Amino acid sequence: MKYEILKLLARNARFTSEEIATMLDITAAEVESNIKELEKDGLLKGYKAVIDWEKMDGAYVSAIIELNVVPKAGLGFEEVAKKIMAFREVESVYLMSGVYDLNVVVKGKTLRDVAAFVAKELATIDSVTSTTTHFVMRRYKELDVELISTEEDNRGQIWV
Amino acid sequence: MIDYSKVLNKTVSDMKPSGIRKFFDIASTMEDVISLGVGEPDFQTPWQIRKAGIESLEKGRTKYTSNKGEIKLLREISKYMKRKYSLDYCPDNEILVTVGGSEAIDACVRAMVSAGDEVIIPQPSYVCYEPITMLAGGVPVIINTKAENDFKVTPEELKNAITERTKLLILPYPCNPTGAIMEKEDIKALYEVLKDTNIMVLSDEIYSELTFGGKPHASPAAVDGMWERTVTINGFSKAFSMTGWRLGFACGPKEIMSQLLKIHQYAIMCAPTTSQYAAIEALRNCDEDVEHMHKEYNMRRRIMVSGFNKIGLTCREPKGAFYAFPSIKSTGMTSEEFCEKLLYSKKVAVVPGTAFGDSGEGFIRASYCYSVEHITEAIRRIEEFLNEIKA
Repeated sequence: MKYEILKLLARNARFTSEEIATMLDITAAEVESNIKELEKDGLLKGYKAVIDWEKMDGAYVSAIIELNVVPKAGLGFEEVAKKIMAFREVESVYLMSGVYDLNVVVKGKTLRDVAAFVAKELATIDSVTSTTTHFVMRRYKELDVELISTEEDNRGQIWV
Repeated sequence: MIDYSKVLNKTVSDMKPSGIRKFFDIASTMEDVISLGVGEPDFQTPWQIRKAGIESLEKGRTKYTSNKGEIKLLREISKYMKRKYSLDYCPDNEILVTVGGSEAIDACVRAMVSAGDEVIIPQPSYVCYEPITMLAGGVPVIINTKAENDFKVTPEELKNAITERTKLLILPYPCNPTGAIMEKEDIKALYEVLKDTNIMVLSDEIYSELTFGGKPHASPAAVDGMWERTVTINGFSKAFSMTGWRLGFACGPKEIMSQLLKIHQYAIMCAPTTSQYAAIEALRNCDEDVEHMHKEYNMRRRIMVSGFNKIGLTCREPKGAFYAFPSIKSTGMTSEEFCEKLLYSKKVAVVPGTAFGDSGEGFIRASYCYSVEHITEAIRRIEEFLNEIKA
């Protein structure tokens, strides 16, 4: 049941407990106690809006930075990851398999902000041996939400 | 100059166009209309089915198939009917692939009904049975099913409708628009009425994958004694979200199916080849997609039914198809009045129950082939409408 609740919240965090309860055929009280537990257990970390920032000029640019890192003995990548995620410019940090180690998504208001942040803050970290910056040109889909309009609902031309 | 009134077939020219057209025509001229009118899934056909269609084109499978359908598909249908509904149909001579369930219904009625034969049609139900019967020269005999019976056909109603001319009984379950289903016990009771007659049954099971409440769909032909008198019609439109592919099928005793095949072969030749290859994939590998869509419909169904009941429109639990059929009798309006006023004042499009037969008066059909957010917004507007007309 917890999994079902999470799936619905992932789809739309603004579903009310009552709506979720109706959809899953349980009581609203059950939904709420489950959500409380999920929050307490740290599975449910937060509720955020999906925003198409491109519609607001000068508000948001982002880049994906590939970092190569020398892991610390005993600590692995976690120490450097913690250091990086502490910056408010950093939107996400992932440890990757493959040719590089950390994938960092960095946001800023302008390209220059982001470039400066990478040069000054990320590239200068001791254990970081190289950075490759990829600016995001356009977002088509974000967190399962389509940001560009796809085909309209063209049903209803015949009656059944 | 040709006098067109003289060249037309009288049965056709007397046929009234579907009353609902009006609503869609009005709705299409308005902006920001939020519709609960459409009886068609909003899901795309699962990708692997579309891919199978594309691959069949790439391989150049662009010719006719055999009249009754591509043999691989016939075999898959046979397996599917066994697996899902415990029904045995031989792919060689007991299955016919058609252009949607609609063609199967038409061919089946035409194969059995002669001028003056009576066809028993329970209503409220999908709009095609009456005109198809009349085009075949038959006489529709309507059973007005009742809300208090959950819109099922009762044995008494059936008994009262039967005459010496009765040829065929239509069983449109799971039912568009009422959401009613017939369970095994219900069908057994009807069998008791039918068993010593020659009356055949056309069972339109296009919504068979969409039943709710745990019990799987009970196919009439699977009830003891019913197989020999039933033509089972099903298709890919609703279960697999394949409306535009136009693919359905009919299954029944070979004595009947060989006659359907003749009609099909002269009128249609064969169902679309690309669609048939796509359908093979649907039956082989898409149970998971079907289950996913089913789950989704079920959530929407609960939201819609609880929504209607909360705002004071009594709505029985629809156990099948994808429609809710709430009563609007508390408003004192006719169904058509309600729908028209709702459309003009709140821009919400629903279908008057009367579009599905006179016994639909006092009800509206609302489809839940829409997202939960869409349904919630529509119900919010309907609530506003109800408050305004009360004031």
